[in-house]
Formats: sequence, structure tokens, C-alpha cells
Amino acid sequence: MSANNASELKNIEPTPGSPKPDPILKVDNVVRSFGGLRAVDIDHLEVQRGIITAFIGPNGAGKTTLFNLITGFDRPDSGKWTFHQLSKADSWTTDLSGLRPHQIAHKGMVRTFQLTKSLAKMTVLDNMLLGAAEQKGEFLRYALIPSRWKSQEKEILIKAEALLEKFNLSHMRDEYAATLSGGQRKLLEMARALMSEPKLILLDEPMAGVNPVLVESLLAHIENLRDEGVSVLFIEHDMDAIMGISDWIVVLAEGRIIAEGTPSEVSKNPAVIDAYLGSSIAEELKDV
Amino acid sequence: MNILAGVDIGDLLGLALRASIGVQAATFALAAVGLNLHYGYTGLLNFGVVAFMAAGAYGMAIFFTQGWLGGSLLLAIAAGLVFAVAIALSIGLPSLRLRADYLAITTIAIAEVIRISFRSQRLLDLTGGPFGLPSIEDRNAEVSFSDIVTIDWNPISDGSYGFWRLKFDEQTLWVMILGWTLVLLATLLIWGLMKSPWGRVIKAIREDEDAARALGKNVFSYKLQSLIIGGMIVALAGITRAMNTGFVETQQFKPQTTFFIWTVLILGGAASVWGPVIGAVTFWFIIVFVEELLRQMVESGWIPSVILESNDVASVRMIMMGIMLAVLMIWRPQGLVGKKEEAQIDVR
Repeated sequence: MSANNASELKNIEPTPGSPKPDPILKVDNVVRSFGGLRAVDIDHLEVQRGIITAFIGPNGAGKTTLFNLITGFDRPDSGKWTFHQLSKADSWTTDLSGLRPHQIAHKGMVRTFQLTKSLAKMTVLDNMLLGAAEQKGEFLRYALIPSRWKSQEKEILIKAEALLEKFNLSHMRDEYAATLSGGQRKLLEMARALMSEPKLILLDEPMAGVNPVLVESLLAHIENLRDEGVSVLFIEHDMDAIMGISDWIVVLAEGRIIAEGTPSEVSKNPAVIDAYLGSSIAEELKDV
Repeated sequence: MNILAGVDIGDLLGLALRASIGVQAATFALAAVGLNLHYGYTGLLNFGVVAFMAAGAYGMAIFFTQGWLGGSLLLAIAAGLVFAVAIALSIGLPSLRLRADYLAITTIAIAEVIRISFRSQRLLDLTGGPFGLPSIEDRNAEVSFSDIVTIDWNPISDGSYGFWRLKFDEQTLWVMILGWTLVLLATLLIWGLMKSPWGRVIKAIREDEDAARALGKNVFSYKLQSLIIGGMIVALAGITRAMNTGFVETQQFKPQTTFFIWTVLILGGAASVWGPVIGAVTFWFIIVFVEELLRQMVESGWIPSVILESNDVASVRMIMMGIMLAVLMIWRPQGLVGKKEEAQIDVR
């Protein structure tokens, strides 16, 4: 399915706000101002299902603000966005505007943070177990009746151990999350988000502050996710990483989308080069 | 034993041990168990512990003396707990969505609002104003809610129990048994809750609310649940104390009680199951030991009256307690039974 969805991209107009054949997320007229500054002003944006989409843009372009808005951590002045859980079926459209962060997570859209939020005084395993959705034992009324949640807890444990294995964190299973390195915390946060089996995962600078060796494995994990059918939306500054793994790139500057397209299309787009003009990234873009 | 002439070590130890297993220690332990859920596990800064104690004690006393629930003491106690829930909601609903400091401010404010308004003349008929409950006449006639517990419900036959300086009459012993039983039950409740997935979410909220939110947990709802459950446990502490003293009045609910209970929790070890209990026992042992030691030293002339008079002893023990707490924070931040590794984690 992912291969299909990636190949469908060839027929998409590389223009800001272009419609996608199979969108998982649609954003309309989302505006967020801080005082006089329009930090985010998106007319229309569609995110294709089953591919890796990257948000890039200079500092202050509004990438993280847009992430915060669509995951409910910040509220827009106006606008609407919808989530499309099933492929090409309008009946599974959910309006996410106005929902709280935990409600949005329940719909299958889970995010990570730029500054990792590993739960320091909990073990790596507990971090993972927390990630699972719809746990019976999380209800106060069942908490003291282990028979109601023990079997579910076992299933979650198996899932958590499998994910830890995959992310090379098994040996840290019973350590406090605080003892992990910066890169391992990024891995843990991603693995934890996957515990809830999201349809769309939003990664805010997953490579920031991670050593080059771990970057390779992080990139491989992100590609694996896509191949397993999870749609990925991520913010990143590392141009090599973005050009290497993104199927589609959305370029923001001053809160607006100035370009969209495949990596090769975007890197040739004069508007993108202008936005980055004078920065070293402009040079990097030319080389791609 | 007679290193210092005029200081009776046996007497000191006896009094201090007596205090450390007494009803007051039990009520402090119970209140600290509730605060431990708030602060130790959920990270809620509740500086109005005494508001929940007052809610429990006054709720029970008002409903009982007014005879609103047919004069049933059990129902009056239930009313006290419901009152504590109402206080939790009135603190939590407006402030739990905001940053942690707002909760701290709100809790201090509510505690003072309760204390001062219950003391006012306007509420004289309900709360007894500055005289408290039951009324002076009832107290003179020896009619009190505490009599039902200490006399009517007391299965222990009259007499004196124990040995050495640890002798208690049947009433005190009975309230001690009730108090420590409640401590045990509350501790087991918290232990069970914190072992469950519910407890996992609670601890995650303490570590990072946004992380919990991003994983689909309704942080506001969990914080409110924690505030309510912990608040009811603290209310039970207030009720137990009222059963021991035989009356409630607003001077019992000054802010300093809140900070004693914080001291107990930090001394024992926040976020540990038995920390509040160990903390309460230790707190009362030290307080009474130091106070009696100073008093005896002053009285036997070891400390000249120029430096200290016996009237000042009570305030000096508080200074000692403060110094101890500061030393503890430096050398043993996890408390007596807390997890060392957890306390040493530097949260960025």
C-alpha cells in the first residue's frame, strides 16, 4: 500500500495546498497569531497516507506551532482540520478541531516532542507500558481489581518488549529513563508512541541532538514505520536526512506554506531557495 | 543513665515513644498518606492539607450536632468525607488545568478561607464560631461525638493497658487502634493503586503532563481523581483527630499543621509507600524528645535561664525541626525510606 501511495505522488501538482489522492489529514484555514505576528497561516494542506512527509523551513517558520495546533497542545484563532482514519472512506472522517490532546491521541494521531519527554523517574519498561491505549487498569474503578486488567497487561508487556527489542533498548528495560542517552531517549519516545498503534505519527525533530550513528538507526526506524503502514509526519533540520527519507516535503516560511513537492522538486524550487537565502542550507539544497 | 544530673533519660524515651505511637502520630501519618498521593505520586503541590482535615472534621461535627442525618455518627462521618470531596472539586476544577503553582496558591487560600469563615460570628449557629463544636454547654455536659466512638463503640473494658511509661486507658487505646488501622488501610489502598496501570498514569503526570497527554491520557481527570482520593484520606485524619480531642475548633487548623504534615512526608520519604508512616512516628519521637530534653535541662539548670526559659522550649523545638529538615534535604533528600536513585535523578 505504501508503495502505491508513494507512486501516486508523481501525479500530484507540486504546489502549496495541492490535493492528495488519499489524504490522512486535511488542514483548512488554520491561523494562529501571537500578538501582531501570524505564526501560522495555512490555507489548505493535505497529508498523504502511508508516506513520510517532512515539514521544513527556516527557524520561526511555524513548524512546531503547526504541530502543536493540530495535536491540540495549542489552540488556533480559527480553522479546521480533519483526520481520515480509513483509506478513501469519507464515513471515517473525524473533525479534530477543538479536541483536547488526549482525545486527538485516541483518534490515532500521536506526537513526540522536540525536547524529549522521557519520564525520568519511571523505568524504560514503564514508559513503554504507559504508551498503550485503552488500558482497563487505567480506570480508577478497575485499578484495585487486578483480575480485570492482568491479562491485558501481559499482552501490553509482550508488545512493549518486542518494540524495545526492535529499538535496541532491551538491555535498558529496567533502568530509569533518566539514565538513557539523548539519542536513546529519542528512540524511547518514538517506541512509546508506537505502543498505541497510531495511524499517523508526528515526530518533532527526531534527529536533533542525536549522534550520527544513532541517526542512521532512527532513519531506518522511520522508514520501517512507513513500510508497516504508519503515516509519518516529521519536522527536521538535517537536510541530508530529509532528502534521504522523505517521500514528500512541505516547506514553510513565516507561517505559510511556500512550496510542496518531492525532494527533488522542492530542492529546485526557487521560492524555497529564496526562503533559505544566505543560509548554508541554501547551498546544501543546490547540491542535492 | 545519669550523665546529666536532673535529666531522666528513661522518662525522655518513654514520653517520646508514647508520642510516636499515639493518636496524634496516627493522624499525622494518615494525613501524610493522603498528601503523599497528591505530592509524592501525582506532583500536586497541596499547601492546604489542613483544609481537607477541616472539611472532614467540621463536616462530621456539623452534621452530627445539627442532627441532620438522624444523629447517626457514621452518616455524619460520611458527610465529612463528602465535604472533603466538595473541597477537592472546588480547588481542582478551577486550578488543575493551570500550571502547578496555581494549585498551590488555591490550596493555601481555601484552607485560610475555611478557617477564617468558620470562625466568624455569622456561622456561629453552624460551626460554633470561635468556640467550635460541640458547644461549650454540650462539652460541659460531656456530650460529644467522640463519646460515641470512645465509649459506646469501645469494645475494650475499662482499665489501663500496656507497660512502663506506655500505659494507655481504654479510650485512648481504642482511638489509637482505630487510627493506626485507618493508616494501615489507607497505606494498602495507595500501595494497590500505585501498582496498577492507574498509578502508572499518575506517576507519568508527575514526571511530565504533556507526555501523558500526548499518549492519550486525560491528565485533568487523573489529577482530579488524585486530589479527591488523597483529600478523603486527609479528611479521615481530621475526623480521627476530632475523635481524640473530643471537639473541633478553628485553631486546630492553622497553616502550621499543613507544614508539619509536609515535614512528616519529606522526613519519611515522598513517593514511598511506608514513608508517611515512618515519617510520622519519627517526627513525633523527635519533637517530644527534644522538647522534654530541653525542658528538663532548663529546669535542672543545665541551660541557664538567660539563654532559655521553659516557656521558650516549644518554639525552640520548631527551630530544631527546621534545622533537621534542612540537613535532611542536603544529606538524604529521599527521606528515611525513599528510593535514593529516584531522588538523585536530576529532572531537566
